[in-house]
Amino acid sequence: MNATNRFAREFEAIVKAYEMAGGDPAVFRSPRIASLVVSGSKVLGANETPGIHLEAEELPSGVRARVMVEPGVHIEYPVHLCFGVLPKEGVQEIHSQFEIGDGAQVAFLTHCTFPNAVKVKHVMDARIRVGKGALMHYAESHYHGESGGIEVISKAQIEVEEGGRYISGFELTHGRVGKLEFDYVVDVAARGVAELTAKAYGYGDDEIVVRETIRLNGERARGMAKSRIAVRDRARSEVVGTTEGNAPFTRGHVDCVEIVRDNAVANAIPVVRVKDPTAYITHEAAIGTVNKKELETLMARGLSEEEAVDVIIKGMLEG
Amino acid sequence: MGNGFAVAHKNPLFMLTTIKWKATDHLEKGIKMGIILSIENLWLEREGKAILRRVNLSVQQGTVHCLLGRNGSGKSTLAYTLIGSRGYVPSQGRIVFDGKDITHLSITDRARLGLTLAWQEPARFEGIRVGDYIALGMKEPSRERIEEALRAVALSPAEYLHRTVNENLSGGERKRIELAAVYAMRPKLAILDEPDSGIDVLSLDDIARLIRRMTEEGVTVLLITHRDEMVPVADVASLICEGEIIRTGDPRTVREHYARRCVPCKVAEPVETVRDYERYQ
Repeated sequence: MNATNRFAREFEAIVKAYEMAGGDPAVFRSPRIASLVVSGSKVLGANETPGIHLEAEELPSGVRARVMVEPGVHIEYPVHLCFGVLPKEGVQEIHSQFEIGDGAQVAFLTHCTFPNAVKVKHVMDARIRVGKGALMHYAESHYHGESGGIEVISKAQIEVEEGGRYISGFELTHGRVGKLEFDYVVDVAARGVAELTAKAYGYGDDEIVVRETIRLNGERARGMAKSRIAVRDRARSEVVGTTEGNAPFTRGHVDCVEIVRDNAVANAIPVVRVKDPTAYITHEAAIGTVNKKELETLMARGLSEEEAVDVIIKGMLEG
Repeated sequence: MGNGFAVAHKNPLFMLTTIKWKATDHLEKGIKMGIILSIENLWLEREGKAILRRVNLSVQQGTVHCLLGRNGSGKSTLAYTLIGSRGYVPSQGRIVFDGKDITHLSITDRARLGLTLAWQEPARFEGIRVGDYIALGMKEPSRERIEEALRAVALSPAEYLHRTVNENLSGGERKRIELAAVYAMRPKLAILDEPDSGIDVLSLDDIARLIRRMTEEGVTVLLITHRDEMVPVADVASLICEGEIIRTGDPRTVREHYARRCVPCKVAEPVETVRDYERYQ
């Protein structure tokens, strides 16, 4: 088998895994859709479209990627990024840099898939700059197998410039979480907006740590850190949502809901810090079992308690 | 108890009264169809205090039975007890539904037998769409029935079907959707807890129309309300005070008694409020 055939087969395998994670494999064959496919430390495919540039360099245990969107360009279709490790064991480190030019608009759909993981470590380390008046949507969803032998470290430092908007969603709700360490820090300039949402469903011995930090540094900047976590069996979760109002008329909110079942343990630490008297930051956190009224409403429609809990958790994580 | 029973009560705001319950035409029809719900000497106690006292009530199949009472009189408590809510286990008495003793059955089992509740303050559900929420209680979900249910509560299917049953809907909208879900479910007995209270809710005429549609489909309705304007919808009415049914009979008579004689209770604490529901697990 020559290298091309070997890569073709791996490409098909990773795309199949991408499909299992909820992605549409057709996107990687469309010339109109920008995409990047990385399996382990190999770049299996990259497609640029006008206005967006993708560079990827293979490293011994991963990939260094640079994504640049030209100023003022509105990318019509979401950019699809696919990362995964197919063998049972391995390490994948993705060091990425996103540059979203002033006034540009772009959305990324990222799927990270580890269907066979027994001992896999996946590190995402991103530096993101959202230019003045630009808009970046970033959605990352994971698909893990059922062994739980995976460690995910997802870190990002994001800079939102004046009037820019950064909206991200992270989901790890299919398959075992394993160990998750999620740590996003966003600095927001004047009139900028940052919205972070993290969702995870842990069971078995899964461990979930979510840290979301939004620093509202410019006048009238706004931010929201939202997390939705469900844990059961012996899983553990900790959510630290921090919002700082460091400039006049900044507005922020921390919103955390954790549902706990069986012998699982959940912690929530909302941190609200205000350095300007005109700033206004709020937080709400709800941890505990499923809300009694929600549960009994569904049971009064004929659902068993287990069915009702599943419906409520599914709604919370997929809504 | 059958088609008539006597109730004595001790509330100083009422005269000691013995009520003879006279059957109307509707009742005669109902009696022929049988009693779908029979509550026999039901007591609910909490921390040594009686919340429901010697509740005796019979609901005839195919009728609309109105349970009328002031805020805090025990109406919702009785509803939670009837559906089997956690923390609402009677200390005495029994509940017979459709010929079966359901006193110790779970909410799910009672619902599967055909007993359900439209909540006074419906829950919010993150991520659950209106259409899916209505379908949850239906044995054979169909889009036609879901849309029909939404129209029955004066909501446009096109506008609401895909919205989420969360805080983005007003309390009144959620209340209508709750009624739509119960209507679509087609239970044997629907307990409607204060369908007329709150803002942006259905008008009394709309509620009356909805109830009529339910009964036409064979659903018996236990209508809980504190507004006497609702009573004409009913075939039979009962008056509850301090957790006790003090009068049952012809709706007009019960309404008159309620309007003339029943005043907000000044001597006793409300037996329980809606907010207490969350406390008792």
